[in-house]
Amino acid sequence: MSIDIETASRVAKLARIKVSDDALPALAEEFNNILGFIEQLQEVNVDGIEPMVSVTPMPLPRRVDDVTDGNQQAKVLANAPDAREGFFAVPKVVE
Amino acid sequence: MLDLTYEAPKVKTISGAKSDWELVIGMEIHAQIASNAKLFSGASTKFGAEPNNNVAFVDAAMPGMLPVINDFCVEQAVRTGLGLKAQINLTSAFDRKNYFYPDLPQGYQISQLYHPIVGEGEVLVEMGEGIARRVRIERIHIEQDAGKSIHDMDPAMSFVDLNRTGVALMEIVSRPDIRGPEEAAAYVGKLRQILRYLGTCDGNMQNGNLRADVNVSICQPGAYEKFIKTGDFSHLGTRCEIKNMNSMRFIQQAIDYEARRQIQIVESGGSVDQETRLYDPDKGETRSMRSKEEAHDYRYFPDPDLLPLVIEQSWVDDIAARLPELPDQKKARFIADFGLSDYDASVLTAEAENAAFFEAAAAGNDGKLAANWVINELFGRLKKDALDITQSPIKPEQIGQIVSLIKSDAISGKIAKDVFEIAYSTGRDPAEIVETEGLKQVTDTGAIEAAVDEIIAANPAQVEKAQANPKLAGWFVGQVMKATGGKANPKAVNDIIMTKLGL
Amino acid sequence: MTDLNKLTIAGARDALRKGDVTSAELTQSCLAAIDGAGALNAFVHNTPDVALDQAKAADARIKSGDAPAMCGIPIGVKDLFCTKGVASQAASKILEGFTPEYESTVTTQLFDAGAVMLGKLNMDEFAMGSSNETSVYGAAINPWRRAGDAAALTPGGSSGGSAAAVAADLCLAATGTDTGGSIRQPAAFTGITGIKPTYGRCSRWGIVAFASSLDQAGPMTKDVRDAAIMLQAMCGHDPKDSTSATLPVPDFEAALTGDIRGKTIGIPREYHMDGMPAEIEALWAEGRRMLQDAGAKIVDISLPHTKYALPTYYVIAPAEASSNLARYDGVRYGYRAALGKGDGITEMYEKTRAEGFGSEVQRRVMVGTYVLSAGFYDAYYNRARKVRSLIKRDFEQAFAQGVDAILTPTTPSAAFGLGEMVDADPVQMYLNDVFTVTVNLAGLPGVSLPAGKDSQGLPLGLQLIGQPWAEADLLNTAFALEQAAGFHDKPQKWW
Repeated sequence: MSIDIETASRVAKLARIKVSDDALPALAEEFNNILGFIEQLQEVNVDGIEPMVSVTPMPLPRRVDDVTDGNQQAKVLANAPDAREGFFAVPKVVE
Repeated sequence: MLDLTYEAPKVKTISGAKSDWELVIGMEIHAQIASNAKLFSGASTKFGAEPNNNVAFVDAAMPGMLPVINDFCVEQAVRTGLGLKAQINLTSAFDRKNYFYPDLPQGYQISQLYHPIVGEGEVLVEMGEGIARRVRIERIHIEQDAGKSIHDMDPAMSFVDLNRTGVALMEIVSRPDIRGPEEAAAYVGKLRQILRYLGTCDGNMQNGNLRADVNVSICQPGAYEKFIKTGDFSHLGTRCEIKNMNSMRFIQQAIDYEARRQIQIVESGGSVDQETRLYDPDKGETRSMRSKEEAHDYRYFPDPDLLPLVIEQSWVDDIAARLPELPDQKKARFIADFGLSDYDASVLTAEAENAAFFEAAAAGNDGKLAANWVINELFGRLKKDALDITQSPIKPEQIGQIVSLIKSDAISGKIAKDVFEIAYSTGRDPAEIVETEGLKQVTDTGAIEAAVDEIIAANPAQVEKAQANPKLAGWFVGQVMKATGGKANPKAVNDIIMTKLGL
Repeated sequence: MTDLNKLTIAGARDALRKGDVTSAELTQSCLAAIDGAGALNAFVHNTPDVALDQAKAADARIKSGDAPAMCGIPIGVKDLFCTKGVASQAASKILEGFTPEYESTVTTQLFDAGAVMLGKLNMDEFAMGSSNETSVYGAAINPWRRAGDAAALTPGGSSGGSAAAVAADLCLAATGTDTGGSIRQPAAFTGITGIKPTYGRCSRWGIVAFASSLDQAGPMTKDVRDAAIMLQAMCGHDPKDSTSATLPVPDFEAALTGDIRGKTIGIPREYHMDGMPAEIEALWAEGRRMLQDAGAKIVDISLPHTKYALPTYYVIAPAEASSNLARYDGVRYGYRAALGKGDGITEMYEKTRAEGFGSEVQRRVMVGTYVLSAGFYDAYYNRARKVRSLIKRDFEQAFAQGVDAILTPTTPSAAFGLGEMVDADPVQMYLNDVFTVTVNLAGLPGVSLPAGKDSQGLPLGLQLIGQPWAEADLLNTAFALEQAAGFHDKPQKWW
């Protein structure tokens, strides 16, 4: 599996990380390095092996349907880079 | 079972410029689970709070926060599955659906892609008496709702409110078994009815508590049957998904528009792009959601913060045992037990509260008569006052009294309407009203005979006419009723007059 | 008493209970040590006011006779733990200015037990690294130096600040977290003890997530007894973490008898790596001999899928991280990039994350994105999960044969120089985790303790791997090995 510049660019976009065009070749090469390393996994015989679901098997705990949290607008917004009128503000989203 | 007697409705066809086309529709319904707290946090689900107030740190995806699932939400999904006669999966699991959006704080939605909690079921969608579409349910899974982005408060910024973030949804996915806009609306209506009966979702479409993504494609007549036979989607046209519909009327309009749009494209030699579209009710058309068009790749993978959800069969059995009677069963029972018409039974079972009111009114009474009174008198009156059944000033037992007063000949149907009006506006019991107001029918033949004798004696000319033409005897009935203030039993009056006149 | 900061937890606890010292004195001593240790760059957010308040409260509690073992003990906290009202930024620019409104479960438990927080400790950004060089604060420096060489060495990573601080006696102990070796490798590089408990022992709530299925918190301490005492306070069931075990927590310190007669220790043949320094091989053999002398039975075992542990880890950890780090988007907290004219939401995301994440974090997020993307999920992610099952099965089979614990080296080398790996490809750096990462993949407890030095005078660690939930037994084996090894060396103070 070899990653070309276009794939590197697509992955960066999916991850929402800006990578300038001139940095893409190096990024693609780095990917190829790491992927070459993990490529070893293809040699393992995994026939009939279930993928690991949880490393320490136990039942999923469930909470009771009580309101025990929230009602804390100020705390929720306390760290916001831009909060206005009780909302988080972000650059306009066009749908 | 009852539904074996239903016939499938005719498939809707739309005529294009060149040929006729059929529609194929599948739906994903997002139903908000009627829980107090969110799916993975203890924040309230109440609608209408101050922005970002009903938010736990988990919902805001603060660093290091972890989800713990709400047991009640799991139970409601199971209830819903049972209500749709669906397979309940004792082991299910949660996956992350990854994408970036400002009202999706985690950067992923916790959902169930690979192992949903509910598998295949079905919904019977009635399209008229004896006609129904059987819509297969593919799956139901539990997932988190996103927050709300508001785009019109500021020219340059969008505002984000996380109150809705993390509220529990059930996504109910149908097979592409729906064949027309009306069926689609009826399907949503039926599902909504069932959910409300179950109490798992309040069905409030206006608040977005029930919304639908509609997949529409077109095909030539005969193609759908090939698809059903083979399961091969290539027999069907390319589908478009119309997102986020929360009105049955708009669903119909959007499907109709979308089908015609696709027909036009195909007939003019083009091909339909598989895409996500939005319905604009003002313009009455669908448009492409360009922002969703850039290559989406959700990178689903099992959520490592949550272990598989394992439930016990005994718990499922217990939920099943506590399931309420559902609309189909109730309607069948009303028809069988009360002798109601299909139409009346449908009207009375539309909402569980109506059905319960009717049953209380009909208890120990003539069911058909009780149904008439509930549907014609009460519903009409409530509608006039813009009240719903739970706010009815008259109690079901009081309607029951009216019905039994009529049935026992104590009052006539005409008097009954007056009694209803008094009871409705004062809350007094009909039996007491009849007694106090002296509205009871006169069935004492002695009193009626006396009145008849008096009128015969005073009107010899009329007697002669009536004896010559028995049809004119009705004049005497009217006079006697007038003389008794309408309280005389009309049948008794008639019998006595006929005897006295020797007819 | 002088040099109170040099005390162990156990030593300080006993002195506190006897009334020989106060927590305030201990705390002052540590604060002074921290003030004089700027060169180590271990503490990155100091909280002297919090510390002195907590010390005062602890002293009152000790006086009243209500004194758990950790009461009044000054500790450092890795920057990965969210601490209420105190900057918590996972050594990343993207969490610049973030001050949580909540306290992690582990630190809550420590504070409830009376521990005193001196400040937040340096680490690799988002715990991604093995040398502390990916930190936004700059690397923490190892207090140890090679004999006759002033070159700055790495304290290891990702809990490098924790390791440096404990080794340099800036605090009595520190919290760490371990996703692929991030407690044990720095412990080995700095001559201290660190244990990663069984997955599910310590709550992950309030700890900035790196790879959820692998992350575990644990103590980094001056010796095994301290590790037992501190672990006791850190772990236990937390209803806020769905992966937290409901098992009771045994008394770890009480388990430290030093008697390991009849125990079976496995030596995995696959851990003999090509090119491993002879000193490491020798230390490992020495450890084997010491355990045998202490009465344990030594058996050679095979963990056949060991070779695939690193590639498995470098699929699973980045995949989970790519999703866990999606929340750092500049919307609700932390850094948001300055935007240009016409920049929309996508540019805001892309610039914020490009400027806010360092290069190693970016690399892992993108690799994780790639292995989860359409068409590759089965080939990479799902296959890695299957291999992970095999790796766990290897251990289960060894334990089923009667093995109580497994002895390995902690790292394939001693601490390396800062900057030495800069030009190497990332995979070279990943090899640091070769002996530790299997333990995370299998969810097992693993402890590293100092057992000797290399020819340049740098400490070397041995790792013991235990059965699930058998931390008490594991710590006791480590205690026996510690006694036999007799490693008491401290770095010479140069800072």
